[in-house]
Amino acid sequence: MRYLPKSPAERQEMLSAIGAKSINELFECIPERYRLREALKLPGPFSEAEVISYFQDRAKENSGGYASFLGAGVYNHLRSVITDTILLRGEFLTSYTPYQAEITQGTLQAIFEFQTLMCQLTGQEVANASMYDGSTATTEAVLMAERLTGRRRVLVAKSLHPEYRDVLKTYAKNSGLIVEEIPYAANGTLDGKALHSALKDDVAAVVVQSPNFFGVIEDVAADAVHAAGALLVVAITEGVSLGGLQPPEETDIVAMEGQSFGLAPSYGGPFVGVIASREKFVRQMPGRLAGQTTDSEGRRGFVLTLAAREQHIRREKATSNICTNQALCALAATVHLTLLGKEGLREMAHQNLSKARFALAELEKIPGVKRKFDSPFFNEFSIEFPRSVRMVNAELLKEKIVGPLSLGSLYPELTKTALVCVTETTTRAEIERLAAALRRALEKPL
Amino acid sequence: MNSKINKASRHTSQNEGLIFEKSSPGKRAFELPPLDVPPANATTELGKHHRQDGVAGFPEVSEIEVVRHFTRLSTWNYAIDLGMYPLGSCTMKYNPRVNEFVARLDGIATEHPYQPEELSQGCLKILQLLEKCLLEITGMDAITLQPAAGAQGELTGLLLIRAYLERQGNPRKKVLIPDSAHGTNPATAVIAGYQVENIKSESHGQIDVEKLRELVTEDVAALMITNPSTLGIFEERIPEIAEILHAKGALLYMDGANMNALTGITRPGDQGVDVMHLNLHKTFSTPHGGGGPGAGPVAMKKILEPFKPIPVLIERAGGRLALDSRRPDSIGKVRAFTGNFGVLVRALAYILAYGPGVRQATEDAVLNANYIRRGLEGTYDLPYSLPSLHEVVFSDAIQKRNGVNTVDIAKRLIDYGFHPYTTAFPLIVPGALMIEPTESESKEECDLFIEAMKFIAEEAAQTPDVVKSAPHTTRVRRLDEVGAARKPVLRWNPASASKAAR
Repeated sequence: MRYLPKSPAERQEMLSAIGAKSINELFECIPERYRLREALKLPGPFSEAEVISYFQDRAKENSGGYASFLGAGVYNHLRSVITDTILLRGEFLTSYTPYQAEITQGTLQAIFEFQTLMCQLTGQEVANASMYDGSTATTEAVLMAERLTGRRRVLVAKSLHPEYRDVLKTYAKNSGLIVEEIPYAANGTLDGKALHSALKDDVAAVVVQSPNFFGVIEDVAADAVHAAGALLVVAITEGVSLGGLQPPEETDIVAMEGQSFGLAPSYGGPFVGVIASREKFVRQMPGRLAGQTTDSEGRRGFVLTLAAREQHIRREKATSNICTNQALCALAATVHLTLLGKEGLREMAHQNLSKARFALAELEKIPGVKRKFDSPFFNEFSIEFPRSVRMVNAELLKEKIVGPLSLGSLYPELTKTALVCVTETTTRAEIERLAAALRRALEKPL
Repeated sequence: MNSKINKASRHTSQNEGLIFEKSSPGKRAFELPPLDVPPANATTELGKHHRQDGVAGFPEVSEIEVVRHFTRLSTWNYAIDLGMYPLGSCTMKYNPRVNEFVARLDGIATEHPYQPEELSQGCLKILQLLEKCLLEITGMDAITLQPAAGAQGELTGLLLIRAYLERQGNPRKKVLIPDSAHGTNPATAVIAGYQVENIKSESHGQIDVEKLRELVTEDVAALMITNPSTLGIFEERIPEIAEILHAKGALLYMDGANMNALTGITRPGDQGVDVMHLNLHKTFSTPHGGGGPGAGPVAMKKILEPFKPIPVLIERAGGRLALDSRRPDSIGKVRAFTGNFGVLVRALAYILAYGPGVRQATEDAVLNANYIRRGLEGTYDLPYSLPSLHEVVFSDAIQKRNGVNTVDIAKRLIDYGFHPYTTAFPLIVPGALMIEPTESESKEECDLFIEAMKFIAEEAAQTPDVVKSAPHTTRVRRLDEVGAARKPVLRWNPASASKAAR
């Protein structure tokens, strides 16, 4: 087998050195009745060429050749070939968590740069070395707020990504956390009145997403949240928005999905979650952190620090059970954002903004199609059709278009509303093709 | 330079500052295609939310500077691609490059989790085949591929147990965890709403079965066991352990971190295990990447299947695959979307390359661990003498007499061209040296390792200060971790940079 670096003679030599007659002798510690007598029924072994062709065949059964207007937490953005070139360097790819700082300074410095970039983007003072993804980062941010306030009620905007809410509920169920949902107002933002009446002095955190799941930019009254002694947690699913938008002000904890920074959609993962917060809260922050220090000769270096919060030291008293981060994905984000730089990110955000407006204007020209929420938005917006989105999308699919996300299965009151996503990768021609196909679809008799 | 160091020589290492220190306004490393629609006026569109000048402090550098920056940083890392990485419990095996290639294919990397089912059959077939392979390997009945990492797999497993017991009428209060367990086990049990009760290992490092019999009451939900244990020893009495638990209505959870010792040889499902997680980044070769991403599928017995996290992969009549979220008994979602799909792709590529031959990988991993054990026995103290499977745990008891501890030996190993083994774990071995070579090491590499460890033992006896002040050949020497934690500097800003320079 090509991955195994031993000849039969070498195996024999090693067995002799051990003093074993056969390899089976080394497995005698496993009771005999549990040792397999037959080989596992697995496909293979396959040569490299066969492995590649298996996956190429699967790739052909997917969405190749279709234009897509899906976003909703997973975005298609330009990625430079440089990012993968760096990621594929074995020194990054095949290295472990940098516990041995002397021989992992590359990873550690990159994490430190990642933490810095995340602070700059979110306007926060500290950011961790990454979480699994945006959904678990949001959940961990809530648990962090619970530890900081000692309170047990959490108010969550219904306009927070439905899957993020679901993950939070799974974690909350057994930790005594009470999760209440706050509805959205007619303009798609958090219903301020409903928030105010729910905001009592037992609330640990108020969680909103901005731009929210409907694409609408939120404007939360942080003062009211803070006056009640609660913390404001802001979830961000579309990081590129921060190239064009102010980071949410007066936020205590930002929980972000960093997929937009150089990571492919990859059918849902792996992505990279971020938690950023205020310095005074750092000891309740979950996950790894890289910190700057000096060596015995005074040279700058980096180490994993504040490990006293973590499970391998604290065991059942840890801030979280999280062990791994998403280091390689965080590295991708670091390389990608470094390539983009200040001007690149600003321009990318502006292109998203411009194309989304162009798309909205084109779609609004179609009789019966109207914008659902009249509020500022970034690169996603909700539109309403005169008939169910499901039916419309079935028609679009025939024209090789993956239509906008139908909100009906997630919000039963919104069966005729669709979430359209347009990024810098969407061409004008694709937008015009969508508009034409949509017009035809809606002209069809029911 | 020590003439006994045979694996490594020194070479020049490039200096490189933080990327922010190279920034100069106006430099660019990335250009977008021109905008093909009318430009929006951001100020009027976004009003007060508008950010005019881009992100303050963001770097402005050129493409060549970015490539050099990260390439230089990369050369400061040790990696499997450079040599043996004997971290016990971490299974640092070769990460096949074809796995990276296929995960990046158009039609794989490009797919959106919300695209219609009929345009996702390729992705779903990959998930289905991986599920089948992992079920065959573990001998279990059902599986979820969703958990993002081992620790999330543990949580998923415990939530399944909890949901099952709740259905029986009582979720129960406690989870039993051996003192040799990974730290994630107790941390996870707490999040699942359980109290942790530790069980002391008996004198051979195994679960104390008699003690267990006393501890298992109607209050106990489960035992979390790692098999083989973190000592690399197979829990021989596991069927009996399962019986004790089952007799009281409790379940057996197995931490599958050490499946590299069992794959193709024996199956946890046949031994009474009810639920287990796998670490695809350990046993199934997906890259650690400096600390993630991982993936932690959870395999289970039939009784737990109704509670699987959503969405669940199903096969419709006619063979079309789909993701089903209408599962009323489900524990819910543990992660958005369908898990770390890209990691799952890589794990399947690994399994397909081996097929049934994956047994040979297990045999070689165990052969290597035993070869190293034999080579170092006597030179280093072996606190537990039961047979080793995929890893061997020594202690620093002999070297301690000269004031040299496991961390010192580990740091000196760096000078000899190796990554250290795992130090100070498991907790039941004071001064542990936990060595897991994996199947990826040749006899030559194992011999070099044994030789290096023997030289270090000699040094520890004759010139202990050389070991205690190691490493001597790295870019930076031992770093001030206490200072880093006392006054944390967790991000760059011009002030902290100039302070460090002084």
